[in-house]
Amino acid sequence: MTVTASASGARPPVQRWLLVWALALAAALVVFLLQDRLPWAVNYPAEAVVPVADWVSALMRWIKSNLSWLTRSITAVLGVPLDFALNLLAKNFKIGHGADAYVLPRLSWVGVCAAAFIAGHAAGGRKLGLLVGGCFLYIALFGQWTSAMLTLALISIAVPFCIVTGLFAGIWAWRKPWAERLIVSPALDLMQTIPTFAYLIPMLLLFGNSPVSAMIATAIFATPPMVRATMLGLSRVPSEIDDFSEMAGCTARQKLWRVLLPSARPTLMVGVNQVIMLALNMVIIASMIGAGGLGYDVLLALRALKVGEAMEAGLAIVALAIALDRLSQAVAHSQAKGHVQQQANQSFWRRYPNLSLAIAILVVTTLLGLFVPAFAAVPKAITFTTAPLWKAAVSWVTINFFDVIEAFRVALILNVLNPLRAFCEGFPWLGAVFLLGLAGYQLSGLRLAALVAALTAFCAVTGLWEKTMATVYLCGISAFIACLIGIPIGLMAARSDRFEKIVTPIIDTLQVLPSFCFIIPVVMLFRVGDVTAMIATIAFAVVPAIRYTNHGIRQVPPALIEAAKVSGCTPRQTFFRVQLPLALPEIMLGVNQTILMALAMIIICAMVGTRDLGQEVFIALSKADSGRGIVAGLAIAFIGIVADRLFNAWTAKARARLG
Amino acid sequence: MTEATEPQAVGVPKDARPIKLACRNVWKLFGSNAANFIRERDGKASMADVAAAGLVGAVRAVDLEIRQGEIFTIMGLSGSGKSTLVRCMSRLVEPTHGKVEFEGKDLLKISDAALIELRRHRMGMVFQNFALLPHLNVLDNIAFPLSIQGQDRPTREARAREVIELVGLRGREHFYPRELSGGQQQRVGIARSLATKPEIWFLDEPFSALDPLIRREMQDELMRLQTMLHKTIVFITHDFDEAIRLADRIAIMKDGEVIQIGTPEELVVNPATDYVAEFTRDVDRAKVISARSLMRACDGTEHGGTVSPDAKIASFSASIVASGKPFAVVNGTGKPIGEVTPQAVIGLLAGLDRASA
Repeated sequence: MTVTASASGARPPVQRWLLVWALALAAALVVFLLQDRLPWAVNYPAEAVVPVADWVSALMRWIKSNLSWLTRSITAVLGVPLDFALNLLAKNFKIGHGADAYVLPRLSWVGVCAAAFIAGHAAGGRKLGLLVGGCFLYIALFGQWTSAMLTLALISIAVPFCIVTGLFAGIWAWRKPWAERLIVSPALDLMQTIPTFAYLIPMLLLFGNSPVSAMIATAIFATPPMVRATMLGLSRVPSEIDDFSEMAGCTARQKLWRVLLPSARPTLMVGVNQVIMLALNMVIIASMIGAGGLGYDVLLALRALKVGEAMEAGLAIVALAIALDRLSQAVAHSQAKGHVQQQANQSFWRRYPNLSLAIAILVVTTLLGLFVPAFAAVPKAITFTTAPLWKAAVSWVTINFFDVIEAFRVALILNVLNPLRAFCEGFPWLGAVFLLGLAGYQLSGLRLAALVAALTAFCAVTGLWEKTMATVYLCGISAFIACLIGIPIGLMAARSDRFEKIVTPIIDTLQVLPSFCFIIPVVMLFRVGDVTAMIATIAFAVVPAIRYTNHGIRQVPPALIEAAKVSGCTPRQTFFRVQLPLALPEIMLGVNQTILMALAMIIICAMVGTRDLGQEVFIALSKADSGRGIVAGLAIAFIGIVADRLFNAWTAKARARLG
Repeated sequence: MTEATEPQAVGVPKDARPIKLACRNVWKLFGSNAANFIRERDGKASMADVAAAGLVGAVRAVDLEIRQGEIFTIMGLSGSGKSTLVRCMSRLVEPTHGKVEFEGKDLLKISDAALIELRRHRMGMVFQNFALLPHLNVLDNIAFPLSIQGQDRPTREARAREVIELVGLRGREHFYPRELSGGQQQRVGIARSLATKPEIWFLDEPFSALDPLIRREMQDELMRLQTMLHKTIVFITHDFDEAIRLADRIAIMKDGEVIQIGTPEELVVNPATDYVAEFTRDVDRAKVISARSLMRACDGTEHGGTVSPDAKIASFSASIVASGKPFAVVNGTGKPIGEVTPQAVIGLLAGLDRASA
C-alpha cells in the first residue's frame, strides 16, 4: 500500500488532471442519465428564469420616451452630411419642392469611374488603377450603380466618424491604463463578439428605420479596430522617439500630434483599412433597418428566392469590397519619396496633380450629364444582366443533380446534424457550467473559472439554454469542419511556395467579402436550413485556419530546422517533431479565430432558417423587441468570449512552455 | 559659421572651468515605495539593503560634476545604469532621490514649463537608434525642434541648412530617414540636436548601432565638431576604447554605482578596482599615458629633445628611441621639471611596467 501511496504522491500534475476530468465527465453523465429525477439540472426551470429581457425592454422604452429629443436631434444632425453624401453619389440634389424643383445632378458615373482609376493609379500604379477603375466600371455596366453608390455614400460618412472616434478612444485608453483595463478593453471585446444583428435592434428602436440608424449601427460596429490600432500603434512607438520629443521640449499636445501619432501611421493605416472593410460588411447587413443599397437588393432578392438577382447584387458587393480593400491597403503602404526637390508655394494644381485631375473630371462629366443623359445615368443600352444566366445555371444544376444534392443534404441532416443537435440541446446546463469552469481553472485559475462559469450560467438563467446549445452545436460543427479543411491547406501552403502563391489571393479575397455574400450561392443549391448555414459558415470561417497555420509553420526559425536536419531528422520527423509543435500555439490562435468567425456567421445564417440564438435575434428584429434581441445578442457574445478566453489561456500556456 | 561658442570656456584650464551639471547623491530605485525607502535612510543604503527591500537599484548614490566644455564620458556595460543616469540628468527619468543641478539650480524642482523651456534652448540629445521621425524628411527632421518652438518656416529652414552643412549632409535634405544609411541617419540625429544651439549635449551611445569603420569615422567627426563648438558633452558608451578616445574624463559605472571618475590616464595608471583594471588592460597605453606620468627627476645626462608634460608617449616614442637620449619635460615657461628616458618608453611600449606590477 505504501508503494501505491508514494506513487500517487509522485504523480505528475497532468495525470491528476486526467483523473479530475474523468470524474467530472462521469458526474455530468450521471446528471444527464438522471434527468427524470433532476430535471432542473438539465433544463433550466422556466419559473426561475430571470427576466433580463423584460428589464432591458423597459429600459429601452424609458430611453425612447424620455430621451427622444436627444435621439431626434442626433438623427437630424447626422442626417445632414449623410443626405449630402447620398445626394452627391446616388440621388440628386433637389432644390425646392414639387414639380418646379430645380435638380442638381449627382456625380456622373463616368467621372466616378475615372476618379477611382486615378486614385488607384496614384496609390499603387497602373495595375491598381485598372483594378479599382475596373471594379467601378463593372458595377456600372451590370446595372448596380445607384445601389452601390448608396452603399458607398453611407460608408464614406461612417468611416471618418469611426476613425475620429476610434482615434480619440484609443488615445484615451493609451493615456489612462485604468481606462483601458476597466472600460475600453472589455467594451471592445464585447463589441466585437456581439453579433451584427444585435446592434440593429436598439438602433431601430431609437432612430427608426432610416439610413441614419444604419449609419450609427455601422459606426459602432466598425470602430473597435481603430481603437485597437491606435492603442497598438502608440504603444509600439520606440521609447527613444518618446524621449526625443521630451528632449526637444514638446508640450504634451505637440508630442502626441506631431511625434507619436505620425510615427504610428503604418499601424493606424492598418486600422483604417479594417474600419473600411467592417463598415462595408455592416452597411450590407444594416440594409435591414433602412440602409438601402446593395444589401437591400440582396435581401429583397433572397426573400423572393430570386437567386439570379441576389447573385448579381452580391457580385457588385464583391467588386466594391475588392476595390476599397486594395485601394486602402495601397494608401497604407505608400510612402512618400523624398528625392524630388519640392518647391514651396506651388499652385494647388502642381502640388496635388492627381486630386486636381480627379476633381476636374468629376466636374466636367457631371456638367456634361446635364446635357448628355448618358453621363448622368448608366444608359440601359450598355448595361447587361447576368441574372438569367445564374438562374439557368441553378435550374440546370437542380434538374440534373437534384437527387445527389438532396441525398447529401438529407444524409448530413439525419446522420450528423440531428443527433449532434439532440445531444447538445439535451446537455445539462449545470454540467456545462461546471465543466467549462473546471477547464478555466485548469488553464488559468480561479478568475477565469469564475468568468467562464458566470457567462455560461447567464445563457441558462435567461432561459435561452436550448437555443444557446443549438448555436454551439452549429457553430461547433462548422468550425470543426473549417479547421479540418483549413489546417491541412495551411500546412500544404507552408510546405510549398507555389501552393502558397495560389492560396494567398484566394483567402485574401474570401476575407474581404462581406458575410452576406457567402450565403447566396449556397442557398441556390441547398435551399434554406442547417446545411446551408453550415456550408456558408465553413466557407466564411476557413480563412484564419489556413492563414495562421501557414504563418505558424513558416515562422519556425530556420536555425531550428537546420539543427533538426543536422541531427539527422527525415523531412517527416522534422515536420512532426520540430515544426508542428513549435507552430501549435499559432495554429490554435487560428482555430480560435475560426470559431469566432463561425459564430458571427452562424447568426447571420438565421436568414436562411436556422433555429438558434440567431433566429431569436432575427425575430426580435422583426418585432422590434429590443430586450429579447439584446439578451440573445449578449448570449451569443458570451459564447464567443468563453471560447476566446479558454483558447487564449490554453495558447498562452503552450507559449509559456515553449519559452 | 555662426555657431555659438562659449568664450569663457576656451583657453581656461579644464579643472578651473565652472560646473555645468552636477549630480548630488542621485538614486533611481524601481519597486514599490522606493521613495520612502531611500528617504527614511537619509539617502544612504547598501546594495544588500536595496535588494532586501525588494527594490532594483538602477542608479545608486551617484555624485559627479561635469564642467563646462568638457567631454564627460559615462562608461559601463549593459545594465550598469548608465542610460538611466543620463535620463536622470535630463529628467527624462525622475530620480527617486538626490539633486541634479544645472548651473547650480536644482533641475528636479523647476516647473514643467521651465523644464520645457530648458530643453528647447539649452539641452540637446542624440540617441542610440537615432530616433528620427519616419514621416519627415531630413530637412524637416532637423528643423523639428525649432518648429515646435514656433519658429517660422524660413528661419528654421535656414538654421537647419546651416547644421546640415556642418555635419556634411548637403544634398540629402529631401531624403527620408529610411532612405539613408545608419551613419547618415546618425548625422541627421546629431544635426537635429545641434539645431537649437544647446549648451549641454547628451549623447546616449550614439555610435553603438553603427559598423566599426563608420563608428570610427563618426568619432572623428564628433571631435571635429567639438573643436569648433566647445559644447559640454555627456557621452554614454559601453565601449572603453571609444571612451578613451573621446573623453576628457570618464566615469565608470557598475551595478548602478559610479566606481571611478578620472581622466583616461588616471584610470590607466591608477585603476581604483580590479574591475576598472580589467577594462584598462588592453588599452594602448602609449596613447593614454603622458610624459608627466613617466618622468623622473633629471640626473644630469644630456637631453635629446624636449616635450611638454601633457604630451602622450606615443607622440614622441619614435623620436626618443631613435635619438637614444632622455627628453627633458619642460613646463610652460621652458623650465625642465624632469626627464623621460628611452628605456622607460620602451618599457611602457613592451608592457614591462605592468608585468612588474
